Amino acid sequence: MLHRLTISELTARLARREVSARDAMQACLDQVARVDGDIKAFISHNPADALAQADAADKSIAAGADFSAQPLLGVPIALKDVLAVKDQPLNCCSKILGSFVSPYDATVVTRLKAAGAVIFGRLNMDEFAMGSSTENSAFQTTRNPWDTSRIPGGSSGGSAAAVAADECIASLGSDTGGSIRQPAALCGVVGMKPTYGRVSRYGLVAFASSLDQIGPFTKDVRDAATVLEVISGHDPRDATSIPQPVPRYTQALTGDIRGLRLGLPKEFMVGGLDPEVKRAVDAAVTHLQSLGATVQEVSLPHTDHDVAVYYIIATAEASANLARFDGVRYGARVEGADPLEMYGNTRGAGFGAEVKRRIILGTYVLSSGYYDAYYLRAQKVRTLIRQDYLRAFEQVDAIVTPTTPTPAFRLGEKSGDPLQMYLSDIFTIGCNLAGIPGLSLPCGFASNAERGTGNAKLPIGLQLLGKPFGEETLLRLAHAYEQSTPWHREKPSLHAS
Amino acid sequence: MSAPDFNIKYVAHLARLKLSPEEETQLGAQLGNILGYIEKLKEVDVTGVEPTAHAFPMVNIFRPDEVRPGLSNDDALRNAPKRSSGLFVVPKVVE
Repeated sequence: MLHRLTISELTARLARREVSARDAMQACLDQVARVDGDIKAFISHNPADALAQADAADKSIAAGADFSAQPLLGVPIALKDVLAVKDQPLNCCSKILGSFVSPYDATVVTRLKAAGAVIFGRLNMDEFAMGSSTENSAFQTTRNPWDTSRIPGGSSGGSAAAVAADECIASLGSDTGGSIRQPAALCGVVGMKPTYGRVSRYGLVAFASSLDQIGPFTKDVRDAATVLEVISGHDPRDATSIPQPVPRYTQALTGDIRGLRLGLPKEFMVGGLDPEVKRAVDAAVTHLQSLGATVQEVSLPHTDHDVAVYYIIATAEASANLARFDGVRYGARVEGADPLEMYGNTRGAGFGAEVKRRIILGTYVLSSGYYDAYYLRAQKVRTLIRQDYLRAFEQVDAIVTPTTPTPAFRLGEKSGDPLQMYLSDIFTIGCNLAGIPGLSLPCGFASNAERGTGNAKLPIGLQLLGKPFGEETLLRLAHAYEQSTPWHREKPSLHAS
Repeated sequence: MSAPDFNIKYVAHLARLKLSPEEETQLGAQLGNILGYIEKLKEVDVTGVEPTAHAFPMVNIFRPDEVRPGLSNDDALRNAPKRSSGLFVVPKVVE
């Protein structure tokens, strides 16, 4: 049962030498073998390499390694297929990367390794992180562990599902418009997007460079603090990483949230919000009040424009970032008579429908004659959106919202209508545009009684948004809420098919 | 569609994407729909508002100009679709 443990539970047992890192890794591999045929969170993993890393961790532990210096020693952690791990495949769940193998480690991977983590497996995602359901993967369709007829969310759907199904102890994903928080909410785990610049993006394949951040998926808030502490910090290899000291996030978890001021944005209480989601979030706010937080209404008047601004800025940046996939230096080339034809053939065959859609949109909004009307205007409205948040944070310490308007939707339900899919990110996008930190944690369940499949219930996520570099406040709030509610202890019952 | 001069063939060419006729039709319709939604940004008064390119812009990010080890030639070429003599091979560019 070691695969079911949290980081803090596992490392406590490892430190007392009650269990070995090899046992923990084997337990996760066994769980992958048992359930991943249904869940399909992993696109690949290398058991021999994982066990060899675990053996190395066991040697360090036997030699008296210090867990305060290596807080992830012996902990199996899996990664979204968008992060470079030296000598492991990297595909971004796209066909265009062919048989690409990373020549170097991402900075977060270097940091995880230094902290002793056992890094295994490549987790499924929407191709190039473009999507909200993981249905855009060129490899496979990941299922929600709570109901395998439903999507796990996206784009980091594999990262969320693997943690929810106890196939790994924690995972990393990336969040450009909600791609950590939304799947974390729909799969019933903790997911955090740090402040822009808090975590180095070196070795993260770029989607939208001014919005992307890497963050953790964990089984509880303490683990999120532990992983965030490891992966955060300035990196000379990422010029947008911010040279600011990293707090001891785990020490922020005092349990005391008395006097913290919470804001409820009135613009988020929109039509289309599922009644069970609304009920759960309202109850969570009442609970936070009972723990001593104060609540007031705040206004984010430009919220209605978040999705439009996002789909201009993110696609514009993506169209530039993805220009590098041209069949010259890496990936699967489709030949042509001249370079132009070769680029077109390679990209036409290698990219999936959603990626093409976004490249076309991004190219259009940047093209001559439309730049001012679309891209420049979107950047200006982004300023107004960011100002709304900073103004709200003059009155409150954190903003509380639902993470998603509905629980997990069914496979195929929105895949035919891109705009409806985009609108499912309505509550998570503002955080990326403003560059602030956000966290989603479980706050209850919706009944799934009308369905005969999967579990009887579907997780609901509570989103906490913080001031720039306000991660400690978010973690403190989330931890106090979590430790006084039962939701994080619930597990999906995974029926082997 | 709200952007009547949206020319899918032209934009696909700019993006170096070869699309099938079916893709052109489907993408053209879907993008018309999305552009229609995006049009609502025109309602916002942005007079005098500065654009945001980055949430926390930093300028003059320098590092010491020192020689450091980088990728070896072999590592840089290990994922090349075609290589020869330590170089990437591409289709002929000049006549």
